[in-house]
Formats: sequence, C-alpha cells, structure tokens
Amino acid sequence: MNNPETYSFMRELADSWGLLAMTLMWLTFALWAFRPAAKRHHDEAANMIFKDENDG
Amino acid sequence: MKATDMTENNEPKSAPPLSEVPPDVAATVKGHARLERNVTLLGAAALVTVAIGGIVEIAPLFWIDNTIEEVEGMRPYTPLEQAGRDIYVREGCYTCHSQMIRPFRDEVERYGHYSLAAESMYDHPFQWGSKRTGPDLARVGGRYSDEWHVQHLQDPQSVVPQSIMPQYSFLSETTLDVPDARAMLSTLRTVGVPYTDTDLELAEQDLVAQADPDVPAGDLEERYPGAQVRDFDGNPDRLTEMDALIAYLQMLGTLVDVNSAAAQEDLATETGR
Amino acid sequence: MDATLTRTGIWFAILLLCLAALANAVDAVFSVHMLIVSIAAFIGLIATVWNTEFDSVSRDVLRIPADTSRYDDDPIRWGVIATVFWGIAGFLAGLFIALQLVWPELNFEPYLNFGRVRPLHTSAVIFAFGGNALIATSFYVVQRTCRARLAFPGLARFVFWGYQLFIVLAATGYLLGVTAGREYAEPEWYVDLWLTIVWVAYLVVFVGTILKRKEPHIYVANWFYLAFILTIAMLHIVNNLAVPVSFLGVKSYSAFSGVQDALTQWWYGHNAVGFFLTAGFLAMMYYFVPKQAERPVYSYRLSIIHFWSLIFLYIWAGPHHLHYTALPDWAQTLGMVFSIMLWMPSWGGMINGLMTLNGAWDKIRTDPIIRMMVMALAFYGMSTFEGPMLSIKSVNSLSHYTDWTIGHVHSGALGWNGMITFACVYFLVPRLWKRERLYSLRMVNWHFWLATVGIVFYAASMWVAGITQGLMWREYGIDGYLVNSFADTVAALHPMYMLRAFGGVLYLAGAVIMVVNVWLTIAGKLRTEAPMSDARYDEEADRPAVAVPAE
Repeated sequence: MNNPETYSFMRELADSWGLLAMTLMWLTFALWAFRPAAKRHHDEAANMIFKDENDG
Repeated sequence: MKATDMTENNEPKSAPPLSEVPPDVAATVKGHARLERNVTLLGAAALVTVAIGGIVEIAPLFWIDNTIEEVEGMRPYTPLEQAGRDIYVREGCYTCHSQMIRPFRDEVERYGHYSLAAESMYDHPFQWGSKRTGPDLARVGGRYSDEWHVQHLQDPQSVVPQSIMPQYSFLSETTLDVPDARAMLSTLRTVGVPYTDTDLELAEQDLVAQADPDVPAGDLEERYPGAQVRDFDGNPDRLTEMDALIAYLQMLGTLVDVNSAAAQEDLATETGR
Repeated sequence: MDATLTRTGIWFAILLLCLAALANAVDAVFSVHMLIVSIAAFIGLIATVWNTEFDSVSRDVLRIPADTSRYDDDPIRWGVIATVFWGIAGFLAGLFIALQLVWPELNFEPYLNFGRVRPLHTSAVIFAFGGNALIATSFYVVQRTCRARLAFPGLARFVFWGYQLFIVLAATGYLLGVTAGREYAEPEWYVDLWLTIVWVAYLVVFVGTILKRKEPHIYVANWFYLAFILTIAMLHIVNNLAVPVSFLGVKSYSAFSGVQDALTQWWYGHNAVGFFLTAGFLAMMYYFVPKQAERPVYSYRLSIIHFWSLIFLYIWAGPHHLHYTALPDWAQTLGMVFSIMLWMPSWGGMINGLMTLNGAWDKIRTDPIIRMMVMALAFYGMSTFEGPMLSIKSVNSLSHYTDWTIGHVHSGALGWNGMITFACVYFLVPRLWKRERLYSLRMVNWHFWLATVGIVFYAASMWVAGITQGLMWREYGIDGYLVNSFADTVAALHPMYMLRAFGGVLYLAGAVIMVVNVWLTIAGKLRTEAPMSDARYDEEADRPAVAVPAE
C-alpha cells in the first residue's frame, strides 16, 4: 500500500466510481425510508406511545 | 386504551401476528421494520455500525511506520522518573497542563521543537492533555533549576504572581513510597516497555541512587542514557515525592536530540505517511 | 419503627468504636478483645434489624404510594432522587473548581486541589447525574413502550445500587489520588471491572424487558437506549484495558501508550459524549417531548435515517481532539471530515424534536416544562453546530487547549443534557408519586430562566476567554518576537473566570429550586400560585392590526 501508484489509483477510483456508489447508496436509503408505502406503518409507530392512558 | 384492546385478564392485546396483517403493510414490514421488531437484530446491527469507525481509525496505528517508529535517544523511564510520572498522573496535572507541542511557529518558539509520536511511546497512559490553563510541559526539562521547581511547586504565586496553580508543598514532606519498584517495572514490561532483567533486579536500588549522591549509582547511567543523577528537592538525606516529580519534570523532552541532523534525516526517510 | 432505628444506631456506634479501638490498640491482646466486643455488637445489630420490614420502611421514608401501577417503578423512583442528588453534588463541585480558578487560595492541598476535584466534577455530572437520569428514564420508557413489567426486578435493583457504589468508589478515589489519568475514564482498574458487571446487568434487564414486550414494535427511544448501552460497553472495555501492578493495589498501567493510547482515549472520550450524552438523551427526548407536547414525533422516518447515521458517524470523530498533534495526518483529516458530516444527523435529531411541537407551539407560553425541552433542543442544536466548526483544523488550531472548548462543552452539557434531564424529572415526579401535579409550576419557570441565563454567562465568558488565550499565545510584535508570556494570558482571563463562576451560581440556584420543588411534590404539598396558563389580556391591544397610511 506504500507505493504512490496504488495511492493515486485508489484516489482516482474513490473520486469517481466510489463517489457515485456512495451517492447512490445515500439516495436509496433516503428515498426508501420516505417512500409512501411505509407511511401507515410509521404513523402507527409514532402514535404507539399514546395508545395507553394509564401509564401509571 | 379502548376496551376492545384489552383481553380478559386485563393484559393489552398485542397487534395481530404478521401472517394476518394485510399484504401492503406486510410488504413494508420487511427491511427496517424487521429491525424495529427484533431486538437482537437491532442490537447486532447497531454494534456492527459502531465498530467500523474505531477499527478503521485505531488498528492501523499499530503497524504503519510513522506511529511505531523508534527515534534515537528514546529510553524507558528510570524507576524514579516513573514514580514522579505516577505522581504527575495522581495529582491530575493533565487537567491544566499539556505535553504536546504543535507544529506552529509560536508554539515551537515558546516551547521548543514540536513533539514526535515516538517521544511518548513509553507513556502508560499518554499525558498529551487537552487544556492549557498552565503552560505546555513537553520540553520543560532543563529549562528551570531544581530550586525553582521546588519553590514553584510549594508556592506557585511566590514565583509567578499571576499563577492560579494550587500549592503542592506536601510533596516535600511526603516520603516517596513505591511499594514495589520491581513490580512497577515488570508491570510496565508486560504492557510493552523494554526493561531488561537487570533493570528489574536493580529497580529498588536505582530508585534511591538517582536522588542520593552518596549511594553508588552503579551503571544506572549506562542502562538509562541521559539519566540525571543528583538530589532534586534540596534535601539530600530524604527521598521525597518532590524528588521524584522534579526528576520527571527535568527529563521531559530532553531524551531525543530533535535538532540534531540525524533526527532530521530519520524523519525524511519515513515511509507510509 | 423509631425504636428499632435508635437501637440499631446504638449497636452500630458501638461497633464502630470497637473497630477504631481495635485498629489503634497498643498491644495485641487488647485488639483481640476489641474484636470480640465488635463481633458481639455486630450480633446485636443483626438481632435488632432481623425482623424489620425494610420494604415498608423505605416506602414510608420516600412516601412511595402502594404499588398499584402495572409497572415496576421503585428503581425509577430511587433513580430520579439519585439524579437530583448527584446533580447538586456535581454542580457544587463544578462551582468549587470554577472559583478555584479565580482565587487559587481555595485549593486546599492535597485532597481538594483542582487536579483531584476536577475529575470529581466531570464524573459526578456525566456518570452520576447523567447516568442515573439515563438508567431511571430508560427503565420508565422501556416498560411503557413495551407495555411489560421490568424483566429481572432483582437484577434491576442490583443495577441501581451497584451503580451508586461505582459512583462512590470513583468519587472518593479521586480525592485520595486514585486515578488512571485518562480524561472521563479516571476510575482505576477494579472500579472499571465493577462497572462492567453493573453495565452487563443493565443490558440484560433492558433487553430482557424488550424481549417480553406486548407491543411488537420497538419504539425509536429504545433504539437509542440500546445503542447507548451497547456502545458504552464496547468503549468502556477497550479504553480501560490496563494491567494492575498488584491485585491488592490501586495502581495500574494502561495497555497502550503514546499515539495509540491517545487515539483510543479520544475514540472513547468523544463517544462517551456521543453515546452517553447524546444518544441516551435523544432517547429521553424521543419519549418525553412527544408525551409532554401530546403530539407524535415529527417524522418517524427521519428518525430511522438520523439514528443509523448518528451512531455510524459519531464513532469516527475522535481524532478532532488531536488536531496538529503527533497523530498521523490522515487520521486527523478523517476525524475532521466525519465531525463535519456529524452536523447533519445531530440536527436531524434536533429538528425531529423541535418540530414535534407543531400544533402545540403555544404550550411554550403556558408550560415551563415544554419551555425547558425546547431550550434544551435549541442548545443541542447550537452545540452540535459549534462542534463541527471547532473540529475544522484551522479553527481548532486556535481553539485547542483553550477555554473555547470548555464553552462548547458546557453549552451542550448545561443546555442540552441538564435541561432535558430537568424536564424529565419534572415530568416523572408527579406520575411516579401519584400526585395530581408538581408542587409549583412557577418555580419550574424560575429554574428555567436561572438555568438559561446561567448558561449564557458561562458560554459567553468562555468564548471570550478561549479566543483571548488563543490569540495571545500566538501574538507577534513588529520585532517578530512573541508579545505575551504565558503568565500574561493567565492574568488576562481573570474577569472571564469570574463571569463563568457567576453563571455557575445561577445554574446551581436553579437546581436548588428544583430540589425544593421535587421534595415538596413528593411530600404531596401544592403551592397556591397564579396559574401559568392565562396570558395577560390587554383589552386595548385586542383589535385587528389595521394598516396605518404613512403621513
């Protein structure tokens, strides 16, 4: 890992394909969590703590 | 809770099991929702997520060149210096003093050459510090006389009027008590400090000899090059905590002759930055 | 009951006297006799207390209502009291060392020197005040969100009392000079081992309760509590690897040294903040803010992204404590970049908390507890913006080793951790002791304003002090020489240290008001006071705003 060629090769890789991969991954995570289908499930989870009046 | 939500024995009815759940909700239950329903999975995923950062950052420090390199002049502490260092740690000096000179012009001019990683390689624990209520001490060795240190530690304001440092006069009246100097060095050897067997044998002797000119120091100075052998606290017939602390302070930053040409080349040929 | 108390007291006094006599006995025979007498006293003690019903004694003393609730709330009641108690202890220690920096004569060597009291302050406010708040609220929240009683009730009580022993061992140790010399990890090796046992028990009780839950869904607060417990276990074990010189002695030497030790310490140090003071307290926010505002959390889906990104990114940020030190440059840059990225998930948490007030923003006018929660979230946002800024190398080169760091720490600690904990204590006390409301809401308002103004004094004075230090250290004259000696910079800070101490007095005063309020609420008293809920009605101003044509 010490010689400069591998370093610059990895650097170009990271700046190009690596960056693309990370952006795509981020997009999938964000959109996937915000997709409409999960709406009902999440609202129900958020209101779960109000279901029980006598929390005691 | 609506009545229908409660079963007969007044236990809240749990949500319908996954199989009876309508398909569209079941579809969403895959993915994150499965984590939200399974604590072992959630815990395992969390532990993996938090482990990555530490491994990537800390592990390489144990093998890449510039953090394990040896620098000429570095040696383990003598028993008296280590005892003084333990007092430095015990009194919490790191809460106000740092031992890490940064490569900035003003710091190098005020304190001396910036600190090398190797200079703290035998420091268990490291005392780089995170606050400078008081000045950096990384290269305080040899800058002030022993008498100055004794007077300053006993009553800082008498020497530095603006100082807000506490008084440590009890150090002069407390006899240095190292229960087992040999065990101290052998424990340090277990965690990686290269003490030789002779160092261990002569530990008790070295401890006393370094601060008492009458006791023959033997080959202390050969085994610990650059060790300063003299009475430190101005009271030769008693080995006090003041002796130990000043022995430690006086050697800080003096081992590596950073300005010599050799040290510079050594740095230049460094690889794996 | 009083008779047993006095008789036990007498037996105990005799026992102590005999042990003292035994220790100072002039000759061996006397010490043997003192041993026999102390055994006799001990037997007397046991006989007296043998049939006492301890449970009823403690319920009577703490005025605990007969346990009608579905949940096991005793450890939580003790936990809330311990939180308030250690809070006061920690704030007092903080004020004491702040005053020591103003007037060094207040250092009473050797036991009350700054170097020994400072770890007492940091451990008291982080591990004792914060720790008890987290353990108590996590037991409360996990039972309510899982609708299940606490698993292993005996173990849960062991966790509480074991944790108190850890605090006492650490605190007394520091003053006696027992410290491992690593910031926020000062307890020595045997105290660390004890905490590991208590912490594993804590994990078992927490996960056990989740496993026996009635509600299939695990609420978001529990993700944060779980991540907090697991990560602190990992950090604690790795950072405290050490070899004791003797198994019968306090002294131990850390396993690592130099640069490896430095990064391991600050990997731990930053994530003690990241998981103890952030993730754990975010868990408190995710339950108590929606409950107090009576509105569901703003965006449950945002919390999914915020949770995973926060715990992933926080771990990497340690090296920003070591900028421009002997730590390799690539590690420093990594720490900086991840610290800047950390701004996003931190503010994700703040937004999720603050926006929960949507539809309930008027509560800020009428409910001082909501006021504290909103201010806590505001300070959380502020200090998690200041953090990434401070971790930029060029900024850090000025701020490192100065009081600016202390200003940052306390805007987060006093602002976020303190205020959210106060709000949760005010939320829990009436419910745990089955009182209809707090003794006084106006006193909560007093506490709110004292705390807020106190923090402003604290943070502002430390910013000024920090930047003054940073600039004075590096100041060059036209002759190209350094202008200030180090002692000059110390003298220049005197007024700022006084202002900081004043801020601490205000904050402590607010906490004392909390103690009175909580004490009297537990005692069941109610203060007659003008309600907070009616905004002053100004008849004259009560008309539509009409556009007045400019003359």
